[in-house]
Amino acid sequence: MNFPDWLDLNLVWFVLVGVLFTGYALLDGFDLGVGALHLFTRTDPHRRLMLNSIGPVWDGNEVWLVTGGGALFAAFPVVYATVFSGFYLALILLLVALIFRAVAIEFRSKQPMAWWRRMWDVGFAAGSVLSSFLLGVAMGNIAWGMPLDERGEFAGTFLGLLHPYALLVGVTAVALFMMHGAIYVVMKTEGDLQAQARQWVRPTMIFFILCYAVTTMATLLYAPHMAARMRANPWLFTIALANVLAIANIPREIHHGRDFRAFLSSGCAMIALMMLFGLGLFPNLVPSNPDPIRSLTAYNASSSPKTLGIMLTIAIIGVPAVLAYTVSIYWIFRGKVKLDRMSY
Amino acid sequence: MRDGYGSMVHWKSKRNTFGGFVLRDETKIGMHAGVMDVLSLSRLQFALTAGFHYLYPPLSIGLGVGLVVIEGLWLKTGRPIYHQMARFWTKVFALTFAIGVATGIVLEFEFGTNWATYSRYVGDVFGSALAAEGIFAFFLESGFLAVLLFGWDKVSRGMHFFATCMVCLGAHFSAVWIVVANSWQQTPAGYMIEQTALGPRAVITDFWAMVFNPSSMERLSHVVCGAWQAGAFLIISVSAFYLLRRKHEEFAKASMKVGLGAAVVASILQIVTGHQSALGVIRNQPVKMAAFEGHYETGELPIYAFGWVDEASETVRGLAVPRAVSRTMLGKAGSTAKGLREFPPEDRPRVNLTFQFYHLMVGVGMALMAVALAGSFLCWRGALSRSRWLLWIMVFSVLGPQIANQTGWFAAEMGRQPWVVYGLLRTSDGLSAVVKADAVLTSLILFTLVYLLLFAVFVHLLNEKIRHGPDPSDMKPGGKLASGGRADL
Ligand code: HDD
Ligand code: HEM
Ligand code: HEM
Repeated sequence: MNFPDWLDLNLVWFVLVGVLFTGYALLDGFDLGVGALHLFTRTDPHRRLMLNSIGPVWDGNEVWLVTGGGALFAAFPVVYATVFSGFYLALILLLVALIFRAVAIEFRSKQPMAWWRRMWDVGFAAGSVLSSFLLGVAMGNIAWGMPLDERGEFAGTFLGLLHPYALLVGVTAVALFMMHGAIYVVMKTEGDLQAQARQWVRPTMIFFILCYAVTTMATLLYAPHMAARMRANPWLFTIALANVLAIANIPREIHHGRDFRAFLSSGCAMIALMMLFGLGLFPNLVPSNPDPIRSLTAYNASSSPKTLGIMLTIAIIGVPAVLAYTVSIYWIFRGKVKLDRMSY
Repeated sequence: MRDGYGSMVHWKSKRNTFGGFVLRDETKIGMHAGVMDVLSLSRLQFALTAGFHYLYPPLSIGLGVGLVVIEGLWLKTGRPIYHQMARFWTKVFALTFAIGVATGIVLEFEFGTNWATYSRYVGDVFGSALAAEGIFAFFLESGFLAVLLFGWDKVSRGMHFFATCMVCLGAHFSAVWIVVANSWQQTPAGYMIEQTALGPRAVITDFWAMVFNPSSMERLSHVVCGAWQAGAFLIISVSAFYLLRRKHEEFAKASMKVGLGAAVVASILQIVTGHQSALGVIRNQPVKMAAFEGHYETGELPIYAFGWVDEASETVRGLAVPRAVSRTMLGKAGSTAKGLREFPPEDRPRVNLTFQFYHLMVGVGMALMAVALAGSFLCWRGALSRSRWLLWIMVFSVLGPQIANQTGWFAAEMGRQPWVVYGLLRTSDGLSAVVKADAVLTSLILFTLVYLLLFAVFVHLLNEKIRHGPDPSDMKPGGKLASGGRADL
């Protein structure tokens, strides 16, 4: 397909990569959250119900991350290379955490022994918390900026990645996913478990709002470049406002028992957050800190225009199909989970 | 001189006398200085993680085809045994699939973590294939997998069958894109080299030439047949085990027929596609073929049944097939094949190891075909249940495709060395500049431990499933499937 010249392909891909990672946060966000809450239920049927609430969809959710990574590789190979090699140990930990999550779901209920189930339950919960945290730390580092050398290579250390701001964003991510996950469980379950999950919503929300407030303050104070575009274009504050309203709407919907709407609200809040993040970042993908001139941007770190065009063609063919069957899968598995003989 | 040759030839050797060995200062760490540098560790890690991943996808791809056939038979005949079979093999499929997914993510990220320079170099070309894999294959697979596994009681028979077909198709698509990407590394095409501020890189000039690069189609067909064999022989092996134990006999006989059918087709095609691949390698990667056959002096290419290459004296001791046979098989391509001596030592792969892997694959391939043919013959004569010796061979035949798949990849990938992109970029130049040996050692140890655990659990659970056998209650479909007759196809 040929695209007109006025179309800024680099911008398009900046947005598309953002969309993929936002899709990941929205979808895998709730199953990571379910994982983080998993150990708070005590009985085996409840734990199975929680696992089965995400059973049919978690794999598809994770594909958003895989495809996001692939799209980053294809559209911004320099960023992919710099970030992944720079975050080496953190990424390896993330991978191990994701492995444990994936197989724990599959293995847990295959044996009746209590120790066996407890082992995988712990693996599942720990894997979920650790992945959420590390994803947040990575975002924190990107927002903060990374030390880069003149060849665009990471010039810091592993421990240097764990500075307070990054850790703060990491904890915020855990809180956000726990809140999102709690609402999801409320929506997908009934009876005792649902009552229990309802009680998780409030504390996780408070936890998240606290973290969020502190992060926002820290960003304004210590990473002001992330807010520069907002200061220049005040109408962008509507997004921030939408974000706050969406969060404020959650307890209202939960109170009225409109669980699905509560879930949508928390989804909208996440979308708004990711938009703010993207707006703050653009055109940088990896801001260089302390030397802004070395930043990797959507323009100096991208693939050739031809490849961006080919990829856009692929996306135009593929993405509608992906959305269509994602929606159908969620439709087929709508409603409350029940345990049957194909369950985990 | 800066190349990967020294460390490659003496991958694990303690001798350290090559001038080209010390690549960069940071490739050394104190405690293992010179023996295990970043390069060797990263290669070892890639080989381990890719090899481990590749235990599972062939099973999913192969079993996927099996499930389509079985469910198709159920829809067509309505015999309950096919429903029971579909349920049983779906459970096995779910198990292999889960580990395939968990280990695949590692590979996807590993290009960036360990091979950053390579990623910058090839991202423009290679990344698009990987992204296409995500969009076209993984979403399809994972989406419909949900229906395949959990949708038995939620959707109609026709819809369920459709989902099964889509999962199978998705699994094949992932093979397509990843093999295309890998084949581009073996035989680059449709690109040009561009200088950028951050170094040179390959840029697509012709997308379809990149996709249909000289080796992609023959390698794809070969890989897919190998995957079908993996699935078919798993089915055969479990069925043979039940027949030997005289358990679940109806189930075992019906499964055996499906397995044998697939195995015969795939095993014969495998020889054909393998032959095609060999001709392609002679054409496109002459050094690799020379290493496959230990061929030092330019001239007629020999075909060995087995042998041992003495790399110091550059000779092969072994059993070659008669000239006439190799002449007819390789035709003109083989008569003028270049020998290793035409290539400078730093451009050659490790000969003996590549030779052994290659011949193991071919040998196992021949044996598998023999098993498939013998089994089908006896099955047709109705004598299979009495041929206990063959049944025992069949029980172990499940290892055959796994061994051949692993050794095939090892031969193909080691034969490509010392290039990470054939003729363009040396493996030693593809590493991440900022990753230190101790970090790679840490991750290598971590992956080894985690994979050992996964493997043990996998084998244990598979064994449990097989011992437990098909579920008698699965002789009756439940939920919507029970009512949904053939009318709603
Ligand atoms: C699309 C790319 C791709 C694909 C599909 C595969 N590989 Fe590969 N492989 C690479 C891309 C690659 C690589 C990134 O290009 C490596 C890393 C270092 C190197 O030289 O090539 C490599 C190295 C590499 C090595 C080390 C060779 C050496 O250092 O001597 C082995 C043994 C394998 N691979 C095995 C496999 C297996 C068993 C695969 C089946 C799944 C596989 N590869 C698929
Ligand atoms: C180094 C190269 C490879 C990479 C980067 C890679 C990447 C991946 C990833 C990320 C997944 C998980 C997808 C998900 O989350 O659903 C996966 C699964 C899968 N991969 Fe690979 N893969 C590689 C090699 C291969 C090869 C050579 C084949 C087949 C010929 C293959 C076939 C599959 C299949 C069928 C699945 C689905 C899971 C399963 O069937 O076990 N992959 N791979
Ligand atoms: C019996 C005769 C066989 C022949 C002549 C043959 C030939 C070949 C050749 C020449 C290659 C290298 C291709 C390249 O580097 O580009 C190759 C690779 C490979 N073979 Fe075979 N093969 C045979 C049997 C098998 C069997 C039975 C399996 C598995 C069940 C198998 C699995 C593979 C795999 C997975 C690869 C690596 C992927 C590739 O490079 O295509 N092969 N084979």
